[in-house]
Amino acid sequence: MSDAGQPDSSGTPAGSPNTLRAATYLDGIAIKPVYGPEDLGHFDPARELGRAGEYPFTRGIHPHMYRARVWTMRQYIGFGTPAETNARFKYLMARGQDALNVAFDLPTQLGLDSDDARAEGEVGRVGMAVDSLLDMEEAFAGIPADRVSISFTINSMAAFIQAMFLVVADKQGVPWARVVTTPQNDILKEFIARGTWVYPVEPSLRLVCDIAEFCARHAPKVNPISVCGYHIREAGCTPAQEMAYGLLIVAAYADLLVRRGLDVDDFAPRLSFNFTAWGRLFEEVAKFRAGRRLYARLMKERFGARNPKSMMFRTLIGGGGSGFTVQEPENNIVRGAYYALAAALSGAQTMALPTYDEAYTIPSSKAQLVALRTMQICAEETGVADTVDPLAGSYFVESLTNEMEARIREEMDRVDRMGGVIEGVKSGAIQAEVARQAYRFEQMMLSGEYPKVGVNRHLAPDAERDSSGQLELYAFDATVAEAQVAKLARLRRDRDAATVGRALGRLQDEARGTANLMPAIVEAVRAYATLGEMAGALREVWGEHKEPLVF
Amino acid sequence: MAKPGLDGHDRGAKVVAHALRDAGLEVIYSGLKKGADEIVAEAVQEDVDLIGLSVLSGAHLTLTRKLLDRLEAAGADDVAVVVGGTIPARDADALRAMGVREVFPMGTPLPEIVTFFRGFRRGDER
Repeated sequence: MSDAGQPDSSGTPAGSPNTLRAATYLDGIAIKPVYGPEDLGHFDPARELGRAGEYPFTRGIHPHMYRARVWTMRQYIGFGTPAETNARFKYLMARGQDALNVAFDLPTQLGLDSDDARAEGEVGRVGMAVDSLLDMEEAFAGIPADRVSISFTINSMAAFIQAMFLVVADKQGVPWARVVTTPQNDILKEFIARGTWVYPVEPSLRLVCDIAEFCARHAPKVNPISVCGYHIREAGCTPAQEMAYGLLIVAAYADLLVRRGLDVDDFAPRLSFNFTAWGRLFEEVAKFRAGRRLYARLMKERFGARNPKSMMFRTLIGGGGSGFTVQEPENNIVRGAYYALAAALSGAQTMALPTYDEAYTIPSSKAQLVALRTMQICAEETGVADTVDPLAGSYFVESLTNEMEARIREEMDRVDRMGGVIEGVKSGAIQAEVARQAYRFEQMMLSGEYPKVGVNRHLAPDAERDSSGQLELYAFDATVAEAQVAKLARLRRDRDAATVGRALGRLQDEARGTANLMPAIVEAVRAYATLGEMAGALREVWGEHKEPLVF
Repeated sequence: MAKPGLDGHDRGAKVVAHALRDAGLEVIYSGLKKGADEIVAEAVQEDVDLIGLSVLSGAHLTLTRKLLDRLEAAGADDVAVVVGGTIPARDADALRAMGVREVFPMGTPLPEIVTFFRGFRRGDER
């Protein structure tokens, strides 16, 4: 407490009325009006921060961060046919986007061919349709497999899509050693939040590890797993939970890989992350600074990593569509700029932003361009990229980083006490907690406790309920499905059925055993087995996941 | 509360289910990726008054049409259907024309949905 007459760290000059607005963040951290040196406690910069690019990497994973190289800008793209997606890739690459993030339609994400009855109405809708190697060849025509870094937002089907890309590289004459892809391949977060699971938990985890193990040996520049807190946050959890679940998930995969006999330093340098940065700006920055420190200690202390690269929290930071609103969609452009700033101050390696029309439609190319320009303006006009971790040493940000670290640890301990993240996913306990937080957040939005302009404050008296009339809505083209179905029919007629049958037989045989499935998958891909056939072969052996129904 | 089709976004469906349960209604949640036949079978077995479809993939027209057809085929077309999700205004009209009782597009305040469900009585004319 302060001496009489001196402002203390609660920020209120002694004797002033306690009428200040409350500011409590989603994880329950109450923000003080003023922070001072007393809030840092026994702050030891050498231990808590280290230098940038050095353990524990609190300040960032590179010594010079954006002065050496600004973050990668990677928008999430893909719709319709592979040819349409190919054209959109080239459009963005011509405008300075240097990496691709491929969206797949739901049938592809779930291993259903375009002519499957369950795919009706969904072919080419939320992403590109892929039925076989033929489609991947088309999507990447004229895009050298070793010149761009490509992310695939694919999870239960990651093994098939990654195998297809390796065969595309072969056909382009690019050695696997030069392929730099990032299949998302994080199935645990699909069970928790995003929903594109297919197989039960255990065989799903086997596929995740088969890809990681195979790539560590044969395609060492592939980033085999991108661990996503992002989607769990989008599904409703708090920022500290987002980081806690992400760290628990990566530890679960690392455990499984180590149990397979891999050295942690053989795979950990290629692990990466995908997180969000919408919300309170400093809370987000603190979350990432705390997360980097926790991850470095986890990899070093628990997994015995020796290579510093194994301890680096390399992350994509995305803007977070759930921060955007349906009301007054242009306001989302402004929100996007703040989220980009948060991502930059948080030390993102890669950045992506949702588009202002996202609540309504598959993004228009205009909205995509605005998102890309937002990131470019942030990088090149604002000066935020001029020095490393500019908020370091701030009484507030360092104190908040410590508090976030404590909350993240608490949540990790809570999950460990209930048997760990894999058990929590099987029982549905984690899903239930995320749903509970989503409901809590909704109530905070309704009460106005969580401020949202145009939603619970500053409502325009004449606001339209639906602004879709002012937006360019994506015109879904039903002929995409027809084109895919016709192409599939031709493929099934032209390929060598005996080779396909043998490859699928081998895949099923190996699925019953314990061998790494990637070689069998690569063989089936090369034979032009369809995604539905390959995924179906494994479904027959493994069955499907039964979802715990909790809300 | 049902998730037809392949879409995995269940935040909205679960939040609405939770709110309805809190409002004292009995809610059955289907889980993800249910076919129209499965949804209709469960609705008939549980003798529900109303099916809420949640679709965020854009495939709402196809999926709703399918569900309404199956309901009719099962002789259960007295079960009312409402649809929520990313539904642009022009499609909301198309859904109503199909026979959907009410549409709750993105941005609909939760209390509005709860009020509708609480006020609903089976057999009510539209």
